[in-house]
Parts: sequence; structure tokens; C-alpha cells
Amino acid sequence: MTALLLRDLKLSVRAGGGALIGVLFFMTVVAVMPFGVGPDLNLLARIGPAIVWIGALLSALLGLDRMFQTEREDGSLDLLLMQEHPLVVTVLVKCIAHWLANVLPLVIASPLLGLFMNMSEVAIGAVMLTLLVGSPALTLIGSVGAAVAVTLPRGGLLVSILVLPLCIPVLIFGVSASYAAVEDPAPFLPPFLILAAITMFFAVLGPVGAALALRNAGD
Amino acid sequence: MTESLAITKFSDLANPTRFLALAQRILPYMAGVTALLFAIGLTMSFTTEGDYQQGDTVRIMYIHVPAAWLSMMCYSVMALSAIGTLVWRHPLADVSHKAAAPLGAAFTLVALVTGSLWGKPMWGTWWVWDARLTSVFILFLMYLGLIALNRAMDDPSRAARVSAVLILVGFVNIPIIKFSVDWWNTLHQPASVMRMDGPTIDGEFLRPLLVMALAFTMLFFTLHIAAIRNEIWRRRIATQRRMAARLAGRGD
Repeated sequence: MTALLLRDLKLSVRAGGGALIGVLFFMTVVAVMPFGVGPDLNLLARIGPAIVWIGALLSALLGLDRMFQTEREDGSLDLLLMQEHPLVVTVLVKCIAHWLANVLPLVIASPLLGLFMNMSEVAIGAVMLTLLVGSPALTLIGSVGAAVAVTLPRGGLLVSILVLPLCIPVLIFGVSASYAAVEDPAPFLPPFLILAAITMFFAVLGPVGAALALRNAGD
Repeated sequence: MTESLAITKFSDLANPTRFLALAQRILPYMAGVTALLFAIGLTMSFTTEGDYQQGDTVRIMYIHVPAAWLSMMCYSVMALSAIGTLVWRHPLADVSHKAAAPLGAAFTLVALVTGSLWGKPMWGTWWVWDARLTSVFILFLMYLGLIALNRAMDDPSRAARVSAVLILVGFVNIPIIKFSVDWWNTLHQPASVMRMDGPTIDGEFLRPLLVMALAFTMLFFTLHIAAIRNEIWRRRIATQRRMAARLAGRGD
């Protein structure tokens, strides 16, 4: 399992893996926002957490369709399906590797984008913390979509369409926790704990669903 | 004993010919009952007095509420069929959830459009991003996504199994829709018919509403069975075409 983790990490960091493309896309999405809503710093500070969250959500979806597809193309997916370890664990490991390689850089880049958005230090910290806790859920939900669309030649857009509706609760609680950290009357902890609960819930449901879909998608 | 009998009856339906025979027999009756219920329901909804505050717009409720209920029930039917696909490999279940998705999308669209038409005079706006409206809209998007997924794959049995997984994962949304008005304090009113302490809605409005709900349910099942039948026919025609093409190739 560790070998699989390392292999996936190496593959995505090397050229053609596209791990850093996600970060670039994230920065571009966030940088486009001020052009759309105007460079009013107060407004940007107010909607900043939401923009950073939406940018992270979109960029996390970006690499999802490649999660199992490269394996399917070179045939190693069949080896993963046939090995003795339960497929659910394999999928979970692949999710962790995908998260480490593609989504963790987004979390690390988010404070910088928070500065661009003129957000306060507390807000930046809150956004980073909620992203750290909430983004694994995005990958785990996305693994189901990736597994469902694994046999489709151009499933990238379809994966996003299928996965986005399921990601909305993560977005809601992530953004509301970030706002609660800045605005005084709302407590920070309840939405944050719900966010953690969603992540843990999908840590169970996501790999099970993805494994089921992978078994059934095989020819 | 009766239960095992019911199970045998149910697995008998796995034979498409038996299902087609059954559909042939019951569809005319179901269509008749649906038409009758709609006739009664629509007459009742147009003869009752309007609300003293909302006037005639309250009649939108007789379409809006049943359509919204049905949009959720359709997803539950699809989830049950998805379990049937994955657990029992029931061939009819594959066809069933594929046929139900466009119906569900249609009912959800009706609920959204009528809700929007009702919202304009009552709330003063076509659309608000309130929890219930948003989650129903997401349900609509999920239906469309499932239809897209089904259409993207050419092998029907694989498409059925894969979309069954997705249906079950997406089933998480149904309780969110159901309880969204209780969990979040929003513009959309909380449930007023299905309550533990009896309906809070007046009998004057409740009677036509229930008849209309029954009519919509019958409409759904009629259309669903007809859609399953059409899908079976479509697959048979595809198979026969393929066989004919093979024979034609050999005939030279």
C-alpha cells in the first residue's frame, strides 16, 4: 500500500502528471474574480473566503478524471482489481495520494490568494483550516465520479457535472465556517465540526462506492 | 410462505415477456384510473374557494406540492431499483431506474417552475437561494447528470450498474431536501401535511391536494411502467436489428 502511495505521488509530481496545473488553475480562477466584480478591496475582503473556496473546489475537480483512467489505459487497473488487498483500501490509498499531490498544494497556496483578496489574518487562517479539513471530502466524493466514468473516453466534463452537486454541502459548511471565524455572532465550531463529519462520512462512503463502480465498470 | 410467494412473483418479472404481458393487462386500467383521478382532482381544485389572502394563486399548490413529492418519490424508486440492480442483478431493475430518471427530471422541473410562478406573487421574486429551493434544484441537476451518464455509455447493462452506484451515493440528498425546511429557517414554509400532530392545513385545501397527489402518483406509475415497456421494446428492436445485420452480411 505504501508502494502504491509513493508510486501515485511520483507519477503525479513528474512531468505530465499535472499536479501543479491545478494550483495554476486555482490562481487563475481567483485572479479572474477581481476583473469580474471590480477591484473594490472591501468587497473583495467580504467575498474573499467564498471565492477562494469556489476556486479550490473547481481546481480539485480538475484532475479527478485521471484518477483511475491512466491505470485503465496501461492495464494496471486490472492488477489493482485482482490483488488480495480489499479494493476499498486500494481506492482509499489512491484518494490519499491524489489529495496529497493535487489538493494539498491548493491548501498551501490559499493564504497567498487570501492576501490578494485583502482578507484579514484570521480569515486567511480560517479558510486554510477549513480547506485542509474539507478538501479531502471533495477528493473522496470525486473518486466515485472518477470510478463511474472510468470507461468513458472523454469523461472529464461528465465527472465534474456528476460530482459538483454532491460537493455542495462541503462548500456550504466550509464557507460558513470561514465566515463564522471572522464575523463575531456566529460560532465557528459547529459548522467546522459538521465539515469534519462530512469528510469522515465520505471517507467511508466514497471508497466503497468507487470500489463498487470500478468492479462493475470492468469489461 | 406468502413472502416467498411474493418473491417468486417478483423474480418472475425478470422475464421481460412476462412483464410485457402484465404491463399490457394493467396499463389501460392504470391510465383510466389516472384520468379519473385527475378529472376529480382538477374539478375539486377549481371549485374550492381561493385562500382569503392568496386568492386564486393558492391553486398552484395543487400542482406544485404533488410534483415536489413525486420528484422525491421518483428518486426513492430509483434508489430501490439501484439496490435491485446491484444486489439481485434483477434485469428489470436496470431498465426501471433508467426509465425513471427522465420522469423524475420532468416532475422536478414542474415543481420548480410552478414554485417559481407561485413565488413571484407571494414572495415578490421568482427565485430565492433558500435551502429547499436550492436542494430541489440540485436534485434536478442530479437527474440530468444521471441521464447524461446513461446516454454516454453504449453497453446498457454496464451503464445501469454504474449509474446505480451513483444513484445510491446521490440518495444522501433526499433527506437533506426533506428536512431542509426544518433544519434551516428559510422562506419556504415547513411541512404542513405530513406531520406527527396531524395536518395544519385546512380540510378545504387538503382534500383536493390529496386527490391530486394520488393522481400524480398514479400518473407516475403509469408512465413508469409504459417507459419500462418502451425500453424493453427498444432493446429488442436493437437486438433484432443487430441480428438482421449479421444475417445480411452472411447472406451474400
